[in-house]
Amino acid sequence: MKKVFTRPKTLKDVAYHYCPGCTHGIAHRLIAEVIDELGIQNTTIGMTSVGCSVFTMEYFDMDMVQASHGRAPAVATGIKRVLPDRIIFTYQGDGDLAAIGTGEFVHAAARGENITVIFINNAVYGMTGGQMAPTTLMGQVTKTTPFGRSKEVNGFPVKVCEMLTPLEGAAYLARVSVHSPKSIIQAKKVIKKSFEVQMEGLGFSLVEVLSTCPTNWGLSPLESVKWLEDNMIPYYPLGEFKKPGVLA
Amino acid sequence: MTRLLMKGTDAIGEAAVRAGCRYFFGYPITPQSELTHYLARRLPEVGGLYLQAESEVASINMVYGAAGAGARVMTASSGPGISLMQEGFSYMAGAELPCVAVNLMRGGPGLGNIAPSQADYFQATKGGGHGDYHMIVLAPNSVQEILDYTQKAFDLADQYRNPVMVMADGIMAQMMEPVELEEERNIELPAKPWAATGMAYHQGRNVINSCYVIPEEMEVVNLRLEKKYQQIRQNEPLCDSYLLEGAEIVLVAFGTASRLCRSVVDKARQRGIPVGMIRPITLWPFPYDFIEDIAGRVKWMLAVEMNMGQMQEDVQLAVKGKIPVYHYGRLGGMVPVARDILEEVVKLYNGGALR
Amino acid sequence: MARVTFQEERCKGCQLCLPVCPKNIISMTAQINSMGYHPAGVKEQDKCTGCALCALVCPDMVIEVEREERSV
Repeated sequence: MKKVFTRPKTLKDVAYHYCPGCTHGIAHRLIAEVIDELGIQNTTIGMTSVGCSVFTMEYFDMDMVQASHGRAPAVATGIKRVLPDRIIFTYQGDGDLAAIGTGEFVHAAARGENITVIFINNAVYGMTGGQMAPTTLMGQVTKTTPFGRSKEVNGFPVKVCEMLTPLEGAAYLARVSVHSPKSIIQAKKVIKKSFEVQMEGLGFSLVEVLSTCPTNWGLSPLESVKWLEDNMIPYYPLGEFKKPGVLA
Repeated sequence: MTRLLMKGTDAIGEAAVRAGCRYFFGYPITPQSELTHYLARRLPEVGGLYLQAESEVASINMVYGAAGAGARVMTASSGPGISLMQEGFSYMAGAELPCVAVNLMRGGPGLGNIAPSQADYFQATKGGGHGDYHMIVLAPNSVQEILDYTQKAFDLADQYRNPVMVMADGIMAQMMEPVELEEERNIELPAKPWAATGMAYHQGRNVINSCYVIPEEMEVVNLRLEKKYQQIRQNEPLCDSYLLEGAEIVLVAFGTASRLCRSVVDKARQRGIPVGMIRPITLWPFPYDFIEDIAGRVKWMLAVEMNMGQMQEDVQLAVKGKIPVYHYGRLGGMVPVARDILEEVVKLYNGGALR
Repeated sequence: MARVTFQEERCKGCQLCLPVCPKNIISMTAQINSMGYHPAGVKEQDKCTGCALCALVCPDMVIEVEREERSV
């Protein structure tokens, strides 16, 4: 019999620290599978961010650089400018990227920095214990929005892909989800495309991955995938927002 | 060897290029800006890159990335911008990444002004960022020294895998002086087998990291760093002295203030007052031992600084209470006048020192 | 002919694999692994088609799937 599903070789054989049902693990695996398929494990350097995903450096079997909170696109810029023939990606959560790191990812996109950003949006801060994220939905209850996110106090959730679309340097922008088999298959295709955009030197690519956080949502893993589908996708529509002509 | 007239900012830039630095990431701020003008022109000539970042925060993190990839890399700023980079310095010290950062100090706190100052001494020497770490801090006092010590800064950074700061101010930046410029030569940069360049380019897997969740592991890292700092304390303190022979009084000053003090020493000697000078060149590691040694044979010391007595504390630590250490300073971007420093020396000499 | 293997020690009992199985053969086992979870498992191995949907949705790479290669 032939193995039709097994661990990608770019992922180390260790257990994740993530909570049960957290879909970070799926996103990790998809990136590793793409790196395997593209044969770039030995020429890729990954940036980890601050938050639950900081331990990403323990999971990917490749050179890794841990960046300070929100600054992964700046760190990636430094590496890419020194080593333009290497493949550079950042892995950032919504607090890291869309709050404290707003300056860095926007300007990396504006410069057309030839890097790939994988942006995990689970609408909440994970590592610090379930506080409101910039992507927390209206009315969503978190530890710091105990009565639900209100526009009077907290304003509105940030739509990262839509916000970057007008920037000329942004070559490839897409939003995917990992809540179902179908969405996972699609997410992998899109992540692969984002790396290919970089490999062809076409500019900045970002894939927003809608993800679950059962622990901080206060839901079971199965309820969480349902909640994502029912609540996040209507506000954060899936699809490719921008793609370079040659890939279209 | 060429002898030419050179401006301070150009000297920093040229020294960096000659030290093999090919990457500069920065953000405009006065009085640092003219350095960036120089490098924006000069670096592309040698196949390097000048990249203007969106902020000092981004600049230092680009430096972190470039250093992590094994490059000789530099940034520069002035007070407020250096404050924004502190988190980055802490991360670089933690991840043991080399870089050179130039601070052309200006009046503060806050937005302050763009006039010359030495008020960032504490920030630079006592760990402006979080955690237990040190930066090597060099304080040149002439354009020639800017050339020499900026190059040395890159060597120290690589040798110890630690950020190194070169501190000066707007006077030093704007000043033109004759310098001896050595012929450009190809330098052999040290190998960096630890750099994150992709696994195809080195043995095993390289991770650039300052995160140690387990306290037991963090403590081991802290102790390893401390061992390195101890080595630096032992090997790298640098200072210059002037007319210590027969001196009863010693002025201690660095950078711009030390240039003024030199003429104060001359004038005092003309009046028969036995004054000498010690000029720390490394502000960290501070030349405690040298100053302690001199303290054994003089009556008192006067720290002359363009701040409210920040280095004075280190001089006091050095003399271990053996003799008094006084302070004379001008603040807020004001530069001391030699006449006023001399007046202070005379006042202290005529009995004031007994206070 | 297909085989699905669960690395029980890595399973966190999230149950995401349960509803995606078209043959409905995955269930949580009664045993408790060293992390304290009831790991998922398959009782009727012979019903497995090797579709790998369970492995696709598993965040912890607990599941490995093998399948007889079809002759072309």
